[in-house]
Amino acid sequence: MNGVRVAGVGLTKFGRHSERTGRDLFAEAALHAMEDAGVPRDDVEGLNYGNFMGALAEHQGHQAPLMAEAAGLTCPATRYEEACASAGVAAREAVKSIRSGEADVILAGGMERMTNLSTAATTEALAIAADELFEVRQGMTFPGAYALMARAYFETFGGDREDLAHVAVKNHANAVSNEYAQYQREITVEEAMESVPVAEPLHLFDACPITDGASALVFVSEAYAETHDIDAPVAVVGTGQGSDNLALHDREHLAQTPAATRAAEMAYDEAGIGPDDVEVAEVHDCFTIAEVLALESLGLYEPGEAIGAARRGETTRDGRLPVNLSGGLKAKGHPVGATGGSQIVELTRLLRGDHPNSDVVPDARVGVTHNAGGTVASAVVHVLEVAE
Amino acid sequence: MSGDDASPRDAGYDDWLDALAAGDGYYLACENGHGSLPPRRVCPHCGSSALSEVDLPDSGNVETFTVVHVAAPSFVDDAPYVTAVVDFGDVRLTGVVRDVAPEDVTVGTAVGVDVGTKTTDGERLVVFHPR
Repeated sequence: MNGVRVAGVGLTKFGRHSERTGRDLFAEAALHAMEDAGVPRDDVEGLNYGNFMGALAEHQGHQAPLMAEAAGLTCPATRYEEACASAGVAAREAVKSIRSGEADVILAGGMERMTNLSTAATTEALAIAADELFEVRQGMTFPGAYALMARAYFETFGGDREDLAHVAVKNHANAVSNEYAQYQREITVEEAMESVPVAEPLHLFDACPITDGASALVFVSEAYAETHDIDAPVAVVGTGQGSDNLALHDREHLAQTPAATRAAEMAYDEAGIGPDDVEVAEVHDCFTIAEVLALESLGLYEPGEAIGAARRGETTRDGRLPVNLSGGLKAKGHPVGATGGSQIVELTRLLRGDHPNSDVVPDARVGVTHNAGGTVASAVVHVLEVAE
Repeated sequence: MSGDDASPRDAGYDDWLDALAAGDGYYLACENGHGSLPPRRVCPHCGSSALSEVDLPDSGNVETFTVVHVAAPSFVDDAPYVTAVVDFGDVRLTGVVRDVAPEDVTVGTAVGVDVGTKTTDGERLVVFHPR
């Protein structure tokens, strides 16, 4: 099996770019990634592109060849769609292609344009990640779904809104120095607690913002990196994916996300590590409760234990396991089809030392990314390691 | 969907909703006791293809709920509303809790199930009423 390295990374600034087209956003990220890698575009053998709601937001289907064209590529291009896990899946398939020997260089990433729609229209668009018949037609919204999980968590394990507020405060603090983040500002527990309710028990500051943005990664084989003298110190040593019933009510537990557990076990096995080896993590905190569920699914905490992790200072920047040093989806922003790629971009930057928060984890060698779709009916986990 | 000519039905789902509205609610059960909702060709939990219709119990319990303030356009005039997941034993349903103030809904509240219509557009949906 061929080893896989992250040769280059690219992001747009995440935020409100409501007039910018998807093709322009993705081209910016892709060109940055190719420049960062020092890989000529003719060497790129495939584009794996993640996008969720482009047909609704831009009335644009068939996006992959359009995005290849925008990035100056003539290779085969394929779109991957697993709701908010779209780019995670696109990256995973790139890793698999390179491992198998099928390709040496793949550009992977994603894009979402969202703020050109009204908040109401975006709410409707995001809801289609849920079961149309038995959830969406019954009034389930995306925040509503996570609110159902949050209350189920409180009932099963305890915890309260203030615990969740600490997750938001932590992630906002981490975003301050991140030049790509949508909200480079700190918030307080009081602000979070007093923000308006969206879907109780979740309030506005429990939710990630609506974001435009793109992410891109150049993955190469170890052999290619060696032959072409590419400096690519970060290796992808594990990738895993899991699925679950689409409708939340069809799952055994409403406050656990076993698809992510299965993805993590697969990725850890490949990497030859366990949860105790993880030194830094970027997890899918589309809502504050989602970070809690992610940490437990990844085996970093026992079920019922992660709710107080941020409040106890364990996952903050000076804690034993910093989580979402990028700012997370909460403060960095969540252009849904780009997020899975941006998590790998941020973890790569953290590990190779060129992230504004790299000095928080100067000796870290092993990190994980956790990317989830819908109420975690899809999950993708990657293990990244600084190569010897 | 209301089932008029302009609005095509979703076979399985709309039939199930019709039965629920007539007081003949059901779910699908396999021989291993797993419940699910139609249309199904196999049990989503074990893959069994031996599915039969079983009467939905008259009453279930709220397992979790949320008060939705920010609604999609198709629910905007219904907001705020209470979305709940209700446990009926072998199967759970998601729907809107009515005839009770949101602050009086609690986990464990016993509810009956029926079909109602939305204020926003008159479309049908699953509704729960405290018993």
